[in-house]
Amino acid sequence: MRTTEFKSSASKRVGDKVFSGMAKSFAWLTLILLAGIVIALVYASWPSIQAFGIGFLFSDAWNPPMEDFGALIPIYGTLVTSAIALLIAVPVSFGIALFLTELSPTWLRRPLGTAIELLAAIPSIVYGMWGLLVFAPIFAQYIQPGLQSSIGHVPVIGKLFAGAPLGIGLLCAGIILAIMIIPYIASVMRDVFEVTPPMLKESAYGVGCTTWEVMRGVVLPYTKTGVIGGVMLGLGRALGETMAVTFVIGNTNFLSSASLFEPGNSITSALANEFAEADPGLHTAALMELGLILFAITLVVLVVSKLLLTRLAKGEGAKS
Amino acid sequence: MTMQITDAQIEFKDFNFYYGKFHALKNINFQMARHKCTAFIGPSGCGKSTLLRTINRMYDLYPEQRAEGQLLFDGRNLLGSDIDVSVLRAKIGMVFQKPTPFPMSIYDNIAFGVKLHEKLSSKDMDDRVEWALRKAALWDEVKDKLNQSGMSLSGGQQQRLCIARGIAVKPEVILLDEPTSALDPISTARIEELIDELKTEFTIVIVTHNMQQAARISDYTAYMYLGEMVEFGVTDELFVKPKKKETEDYITGRFG
Repeated sequence: MRTTEFKSSASKRVGDKVFSGMAKSFAWLTLILLAGIVIALVYASWPSIQAFGIGFLFSDAWNPPMEDFGALIPIYGTLVTSAIALLIAVPVSFGIALFLTELSPTWLRRPLGTAIELLAAIPSIVYGMWGLLVFAPIFAQYIQPGLQSSIGHVPVIGKLFAGAPLGIGLLCAGIILAIMIIPYIASVMRDVFEVTPPMLKESAYGVGCTTWEVMRGVVLPYTKTGVIGGVMLGLGRALGETMAVTFVIGNTNFLSSASLFEPGNSITSALANEFAEADPGLHTAALMELGLILFAITLVVLVVSKLLLTRLAKGEGAKS
Repeated sequence: MTMQITDAQIEFKDFNFYYGKFHALKNINFQMARHKCTAFIGPSGCGKSTLLRTINRMYDLYPEQRAEGQLLFDGRNLLGSDIDVSVLRAKIGMVFQKPTPFPMSIYDNIAFGVKLHEKLSSKDMDDRVEWALRKAALWDEVKDKLNQSGMSLSGGQQQRLCIARGIAVKPEVILLDEPTSALDPISTARIEELIDELKTEFTIVIVTHNMQQAARISDYTAYMYLGEMVEFGVTDELFVKPKKKETEDYITGRFG
């Protein structure tokens, strides 16, 4: 009688077990870390949550000696600077990616693409110093007066560009952030545009599309998941950016008008400026709560982008 | 070799084509008849797809590719700089080897191209979409699911959707680049029937690696080899008694 052996050697089986166990534990480790950070943030900010409740989000007070804290100004600063950054960076990045994939002569593609990726390699503190020492003075001298004399007179929108041209402020921080996130968004967009099947693009050209119509009508819908992913990557970075923003935002917790020229504060720069000097107690707890809020904002951004993708998928018609 | 054709719509005259330094099409001279089906056959790399892609100037997208000579469409040279390629491509539709539905609904796949060139009311657009889908023999299969994604159809249906998309902009010529090479035999047969019907209204140019297909559906056939047009003639004559030894070797399967 013949017997055929189907067992592999013991050492191979053990190796496989160890490998799958390790992979599993690494995956769980991230979940545990995430939970740990959330718990630590909530625990550390608990005194502040108890003291101010939900009003913390809507109070513009920030008075360490009086132990009166509110998060409105930093939240406003974070959201406004990130919004400005996206407003500038998304169309510019789209233009860069479109040029690199469709219009640029072949010899220019690699050097230009590399240069844009190098922008991402500049440390954020360098952006901060450059912003404060080089960009802000130029901005105050030429660009801000120009904005005031042009769109400054438009009703409603004009209010955003009122006040003294100081250079540093929310708008300046937003622009620096835009420059910082352009390389991320542009290179993701370029990569996803490049993987669009040439035959699909040719089909669109084949019915008589111009380059712009091909991009808008076919390439963008085809690559929307990647494009939104790239925008979210940039937004995530803008929300969390600390050093560069701290240099140019002005770091003040008073906001007297809706003008984007006003200096302000962001969650991250408030934390960077005050953490070292904060007394244990309510001040530290309030800063911890700011961190918790930033975490919540990024979470909301992530969820919203997922919902957006689901809705876009419905727009193109059900898959089955 | 130049054979005169009655009612020629497209004519190649001393036509040459280059991929950078590579001379891909050499001295092409022939005519294509209006509302007939002309097939290009030949082994892989012989230049038959390249020749097809010059007719709607698809090569314009690639800076290193260029054409010389004359390509006349009803007497007008299509290679001239005065030709707006968007308008040209609306008049000369193209269908590719693999189905390429756009990432949108079945309805929008058809309407997309029409919207580029015409402003239609939504009623007229509905009619146009139905007309194109009927012409492509797809209407009965999709009329209840026009809002579903074009990607949800089967391969054969997707290819007919692409044909409908090309027809919808009311072209004069339809270029088919191995349109059935990714399809099963039943879908292939449907597309071939469809081509036969479309001939009554459109000039059809088809590239195929399948000689039986060329023999079945085309009125004229061109045999190409290494960038040259070896023989061009009426399909029935070319397949029954080819004038050149090379053509005979290829169609009898002794070569290729």
